Amino acid sequence: MTLRSLPVGEHGLLIEVDSGEAAEALHAELLRRAAARELPAVREIVPAARTVFLDGLADPGRLATELPGWRIPPLDRGDSDIVEVSVRYDGPDLAEVAKRWGVTPEEAVRIHSGTEFRVAFCGFAPGFGYLTGLPERFHVPRHATPRTRVPVGSVALAGGYTGVYPHSSPGGWQLIGTTDAVLWDTARNPAALFTPGTRVRFIPARGAAGPAPGPAPGGTAP
Amino acid sequence: MTDSAFVVVRPGALTTVQDLGRVGHAHLGVPRSGALDQPAHRLANRLVGNAEGAATLETTLTGCAVRLRRPATVAVTGAPCPVTVDGRPAAWGAAVRVAAGALLEAGAAAHGVRSYVAFDGGVEAEPVLGSRATDVLSGLGPAPLADGAVLRLGPPGRPAPGVDGVPHRGVAPELVLPVVLGPRDDWFTPAGLRTLTTGDFRVSAASNRIGLRTEGPSLERAKDGELASEGMALGALQVPPDGRPVLFLADHPTTGGYPVVGVVPEPYLAAAAQAVPGTPVRFTPLGRASWGPPARRNVAGGLSY
Repeated sequence: MTLRSLPVGEHGLLIEVDSGEAAEALHAELLRRAAARELPAVREIVPAARTVFLDGLADPGRLATELPGWRIPPLDRGDSDIVEVSVRYDGPDLAEVAKRWGVTPEEAVRIHSGTEFRVAFCGFAPGFGYLTGLPERFHVPRHATPRTRVPVGSVALAGGYTGVYPHSSPGGWQLIGTTDAVLWDTARNPAALFTPGTRVRFIPARGAAGPAPGPAPGGTAP
Repeated sequence: MTDSAFVVVRPGALTTVQDLGRVGHAHLGVPRSGALDQPAHRLANRLVGNAEGAATLETTLTGCAVRLRRPATVAVTGAPCPVTVDGRPAAWGAAVRVAAGALLEAGAAAHGVRSYVAFDGGVEAEPVLGSRATDVLSGLGPAPLADGAVLRLGPPGRPAPGVDGVPHRGVAPELVLPVVLGPRDDWFTPAGLRTLTTGDFRVSAASNRIGLRTEGPSLERAKDGELASEGMALGALQVPPDGRPVLFLADHPTTGGYPVVGVVPEPYLAAAAQAVPGTPVRFTPLGRASWGPPARRNVAGGLSY
């Protein structure tokens, strides 16, 4: 694994690697070392697409010097619990996504619900996870113009990621379905249903396995 | 009129409940949040005898007014503003005793943007992930103050210490912000980095608790294209496609996809939070962190690291 350490202010360290999988493996190793008290005190450990950001380090330079000597085991996909999320595949962009994939909407649903996802990282909003797992040929672009309002619970695709909107918000992802799953609940511990590393599978809701004829109820899709 | 609460009589442009914020949840997409002018927040608490983590009110430009339902010791700090109790002038930057039923008003800021109103016992609200701070980006914490809202106060603690008052630390004619370059300064040309440290920037009226936006010249990019989403620091200077740096304040997102040219150290962020729109901004180079990889180039201002 190639590591590149970049300074972020006086107390931050951004560690860049060459793939999303490597970033997940590095994040897992950082958490393991933190739990084993082998990591200097740190305020935040934030995984992202190709990086892990550490904030609140007393001496980021020292950690940057030590990093090249680390052995980072490959990502252990393990057999941790899997979170199942029931989805109505009724999103206004399902037909367009299917067309980009070169399949029928029914087949697109089978592909999406047949994929095991993993939360690579969170961001954008509390409880919003970036889920990886779809092969590269199924990656889709974002909308050129974001919707001003994406309904809560929208299951959406952008780039190589799948995500679920924890709240109604603006957003540019392709909407393929909706779920009633609660993505964020501060009365729950952890508050987020999706935390980095969580395995996720989407299950088509009974009687709603096909695309809806019109736009999603409550949506303001252009 | 004896319950431990106050009623919002005038919420002002934006008044929120703030404390020291919620740390340690960025990996779940949760911003730190908390008072933007932390020294002023801490001072207000000290003046009324609270711990520094007690929640205060943070006002924006136009102040706020509340009617107390119990007697309270209050203090207003941060942006200097007229303070009145039932219309009679009271001290700014000092502990003031307010009777039950009285109207406390923090007026419009004479200088700066954000005043802090502390009450002995602190503002009570249901903590979310250990903090009572209102986070305007993600909507965590109590809602911003609204007309007629009732907010609870905590039980008063020990009597306020004998601090008479504090001088305002003054308002500089321009905002000078040191910048540690990186992590993505290599996304900008040498001319772009010169623009950062020599350009005439001003605070934009579009600034908020998420970021201090700037108006001014555009930083020239060396790399086009998209940067994958990555973790963002408090004080990060993110440069969106229009080339004008945005300084990330307490409610900033935890990840972002535009290059961060540099980071302003935390002690300078309180001054940034108090800079009114139109204030000239000058970014002064601190170079890269001393351990950082050697610079690929020299930057204007004699930098050579």
